[in-house]
Amino acid sequence: MKKQKNNDTVKTVFKYIKSYRISIALSLLFAVMTVVLTLYLPILTGDAVDFMIEKGHVDFKSLAALIGKMVIIICITGIAQWIMNICNNKITYNVVRDIRQDAFKKLEILPLKYLDAHAPGDIVSRIIADADQFADGLLMGFTQAFTGVLTIAGTLLFMLSINIWITIVVVIVTPLSFFVAGFISKRTYKMFQLQSAARGEQTSLVDEMVGNQKVVQAYSHEDEALEKFSEINNRLKKYSLNATFYSSITNPATRFVNNLVYAGVGVTGALFAINGYLTVGGLSCFLSYANQYTKPFNEISGVITELQNALACAARVFEFINEEPQIPDASDAKSLENVRGEVEFDNVHFSYVPDKKLITDFNLHVKQGQRVAIVGPTGCGKTTVINLIMRFYDVGSGSIKIDGIDIRQITRKSLRNNIGMVLQETWIKDGTIFDNIVIGKPDATMEEAITAAKASHAHSFIKRLPNGYDTVVKEDGSNLSQGQKQLLCIARVMLLRPPVLILDEATSSIDTRTEIKIQNAFAKLMDGRTSFIVAHRLSTIQNADIILVMKDGNIIEQGNHQNLLKQGGFYANLYNSQFT
Amino acid sequence: MKKLLVYIKEYTKECMLGPSFKLLEACFDLIVPLVMAAIIDNGIAIGDKRYIFKYGGILVLLAIIGLICSITAQYFAAKAATGFAANLRVALFKHIEALSFTEMDEIGTSTMITRMTSDINQLQSGVNMALRLFLRSPFIVFGAAIMAFTIDLKSALVFVVVIPLLAAVIFGIMLISMPLYKKVQSALDNVLSMTRQNLTGVRVIRAFNKEQAELQSFSDSNEKLTNMQLFVGKISALTNPVTYVMINIALVILLWVGGIQVNIGSLTQGEVVALVNYMSQILVELIKLANTIVLSTKAVACGGRVQSILEIESSMRNGDYKDKEKERISGTEVIFKHVGMAYKGAGANSISDIDFIAKAGSVTGVIGGTGSGKSTLVNLIPRFYDVSEGSVFIDGRDVKSYELYSLRNKIGIVLQKAVLFRGTIRENILWGNPEASDQDVIEALKAAQAWEIVISKDKGLDYVIEQGGRNLSGGQKQRFTIARALVRKPSVLILDDSASALDFATDAKLRKSLQELSYKPTIFIVSQRTSSIQHADNILVLDDGELVGQGTHEELVKNCEVYREIYQSQMEG
Repeated sequence: MKKQKNNDTVKTVFKYIKSYRISIALSLLFAVMTVVLTLYLPILTGDAVDFMIEKGHVDFKSLAALIGKMVIIICITGIAQWIMNICNNKITYNVVRDIRQDAFKKLEILPLKYLDAHAPGDIVSRIIADADQFADGLLMGFTQAFTGVLTIAGTLLFMLSINIWITIVVVIVTPLSFFVAGFISKRTYKMFQLQSAARGEQTSLVDEMVGNQKVVQAYSHEDEALEKFSEINNRLKKYSLNATFYSSITNPATRFVNNLVYAGVGVTGALFAINGYLTVGGLSCFLSYANQYTKPFNEISGVITELQNALACAARVFEFINEEPQIPDASDAKSLENVRGEVEFDNVHFSYVPDKKLITDFNLHVKQGQRVAIVGPTGCGKTTVINLIMRFYDVGSGSIKIDGIDIRQITRKSLRNNIGMVLQETWIKDGTIFDNIVIGKPDATMEEAITAAKASHAHSFIKRLPNGYDTVVKEDGSNLSQGQKQLLCIARVMLLRPPVLILDEATSSIDTRTEIKIQNAFAKLMDGRTSFIVAHRLSTIQNADIILVMKDGNIIEQGNHQNLLKQGGFYANLYNSQFT
Repeated sequence: MKKLLVYIKEYTKECMLGPSFKLLEACFDLIVPLVMAAIIDNGIAIGDKRYIFKYGGILVLLAIIGLICSITAQYFAAKAATGFAANLRVALFKHIEALSFTEMDEIGTSTMITRMTSDINQLQSGVNMALRLFLRSPFIVFGAAIMAFTIDLKSALVFVVVIPLLAAVIFGIMLISMPLYKKVQSALDNVLSMTRQNLTGVRVIRAFNKEQAELQSFSDSNEKLTNMQLFVGKISALTNPVTYVMINIALVILLWVGGIQVNIGSLTQGEVVALVNYMSQILVELIKLANTIVLSTKAVACGGRVQSILEIESSMRNGDYKDKEKERISGTEVIFKHVGMAYKGAGANSISDIDFIAKAGSVTGVIGGTGSGKSTLVNLIPRFYDVSEGSVFIDGRDVKSYELYSLRNKIGIVLQKAVLFRGTIRENILWGNPEASDQDVIEALKAAQAWEIVISKDKGLDYVIEQGGRNLSGGQKQRFTIARALVRKPSVLILDDSASALDFATDAKLRKSLQELSYKPTIFIVSQRTSSIQHADNILVLDDGELVGQGTHEELVKNCEVYREIYQSQMEG
């Protein structure tokens, strides 16, 4: 099962890499070149040493020729290495770019059902961090593994060509370092797990206590918090020491094995040299091989964990990219034109979770220009109705029609073009105030934007900002108050003047006096337009043509203000409670 | 950064021992090529097998001693680094806890959390790395050069030339690429924040049909990032080939000079091999050193940031008056005398010249538009902020003269943002008063209209609230936070717009039960709804930070235009 998944991941990886075959071929070619030449150099060095036997016996002529050869080889190696690095960079960065691009493209067409159910932080980390890790790990790891294996094989061949027995000594001792590193990393893995668990625990405590420090101080809870913190901190210190120490043994240990190999080669080499089976130059060459030979082993053991990690990251990104997108617009989907604004709900059933019914058999006919208000306790499904009209979610059964056309037969674009929406949760795009107002109509002029801002009573605060309409605001909008952000969102819709309006608690953070003024502007805007208003301030909705009172996903009462008061039901209760 | 050294003081011993053992190991590393040279020149030349075995034995011995030294060094380094980080974390946490609201607003929560976590982690690995490598690498580099001098003066000159050259190239590339990497990072941040925005704003983006436009602008940023990465990559891809070429050219020169020296008899073959060995040791250590420097510049930057937080001092001086334990339990009088308050860095006062008396046991309503200064006003009572002008008195005493703990202990404040902590319902309520019995807790919950929530949960008081109260609705959270304030039976109870998510019926019930509390606290209710405060004994009407009217509902409807407007706006719709 897991293997199958890994295979799929690898297949997808290849799909992405395929476009860069030429770079890959070049990279491999130059890798081979680099490795071979790098390994060849010690032999030449050894030869050079052999040209200088003792006083008066230095063969300068041969030495000069050899040195010339070496310089050429060195330069070629350097260039080959550089080209290889550049190819690798090119593959890596382009592949991540492609993956990010695909992931983002997917993001724009995923159903809200998926996006609402997943934490934004998680998705962001898939698209950014995981993609990056994948690139770093898998591609770098791959090239490292490739050159590593090549180096080992090459070294063995070169060594064999010089002397079999010393080669055997090297081959016997080196896997030791592999073994030692593996042994240590297995031990430390557990310690790292403990460390990151303690770290996570501490971060979440800090998050809670520092994040809500005002409450902590209001209730003089500092000492208790510190006590808890210190307890975790001590544990973290212990685990951290273990993890840091044991993992840092790896280096000395592998270096130790290295030194053993070095000693072994030195002794056996010297013995062979005495008998004349090996020259001093040959020995010197062996010694440098002994130094190089173990390095790829250490690297490869690191590379394997890196590769596993990278594959895991890749799997997470690909999982996101392969997520089922929203149902595409029907092939014969119409584009809405000259919308009157009649909205019909026919036997609509809907639920977010299959076994938890929310809206059942909902029927409503809204005539052109009517104002519909939706009230009810939190969680009763008010916002759901809006999700359905905007087609953020599709109905389970039944249908919603605009001007008599099922909204599933309309392109999403034209549907949404004809509906203006202001939500309680304001969202500000990074950019200027102007950019934010004209989001629905990018070709709007400054005059139009100002008119819209004036209508939504945002103009007075905007002009007091340091750069007026050109002031840059950020998504978290720290320089704007919640109320100001809502005013901006309202200005967006004021600019568009769509035939259907949806206001979901659009003025909840605005004080009632300003709200009244905006209401008047809305009233003008809504004149002749169909509108849906969700609010818990009853004052906002009294003038609606239809008031829907919802509870637990059902419409329990329906009528205008007067009628509902006369009925003496839930609405009347709600209304009267504000005067008790 | 320097001031942080205090926290490593406890580990002075480890900080000395770690690098010392590292140096010892390095010394042994430097001896190895000499031993090998001896084997070649004496053992092989004479054909003495015993000599070879003896010196081979020395090599093994050196390896063992080296291993022991370096493991010891690693241990001391790890101990000092982790201990240092642990000390620093506690100090920073304590420090942050003691900061006043003014400083907290200024620093910002996310900054404090980053300092506490990732900055200190980076600092820890920086310290660990520095203790291990900062002494070792330069030591080996210079040691190898010196050893070369002991072997042969002329050949050693090659080292003198090549070491500074190599260092210049490695650090030069590093210096050029580091600022570029910062640019790459900010391009990456840009791509990241775009992704985040498209998630948080997905409804707006789709409602306005901005998908294609967003995709286009993401593509541009993505492309820009990739190009920048490729550009920096080209530069840093030079490091390896250039150092390789340089060190090997030096090697070639060494061989030539060595050849000359051997020819005139001042150098042996074995010594040439030793020199070649030293050259390759230098290369390895220089690369390590470059990495260490990158890591430590990062760590120093983190250290600087942590220190800057530690240097911020609380602007609030603690008073020394302590209330006698449970001296009085009923409401106390609260007086504002010409109070003005400006937030730090703000141009103008948020509230000014506020004057009123809240009698013991009375209910005061505070109403006004968005940004009129309602929250500011009530935040002055528990002294979350200090007044800029005038003074606030509780029980006839200036709040500044109270010890903060004692002051805040008398007050139950429910903040606008309903915050609960991970733990059971009971644990959360006990924040208000750790000594409260279950009976007290239940009573408080009932008064806050929260008891019905508790009984609907199968585990009752032991129901576990998730971090941030994610498993509760807004209205439920608000009622729990009110219960938390009530359980301490405060002398002053402040509700800062903390019933906004309650429907009118529950809101009304809550107000009724607050008036029936046996210990009769002095109550402040901040609200935007007139219905929530119209029955208060005294209503303060704020407009743009000014107190534009006070009195009962009836009086204000008659005399105060702002109040009348608010009231009418909510009546008529």
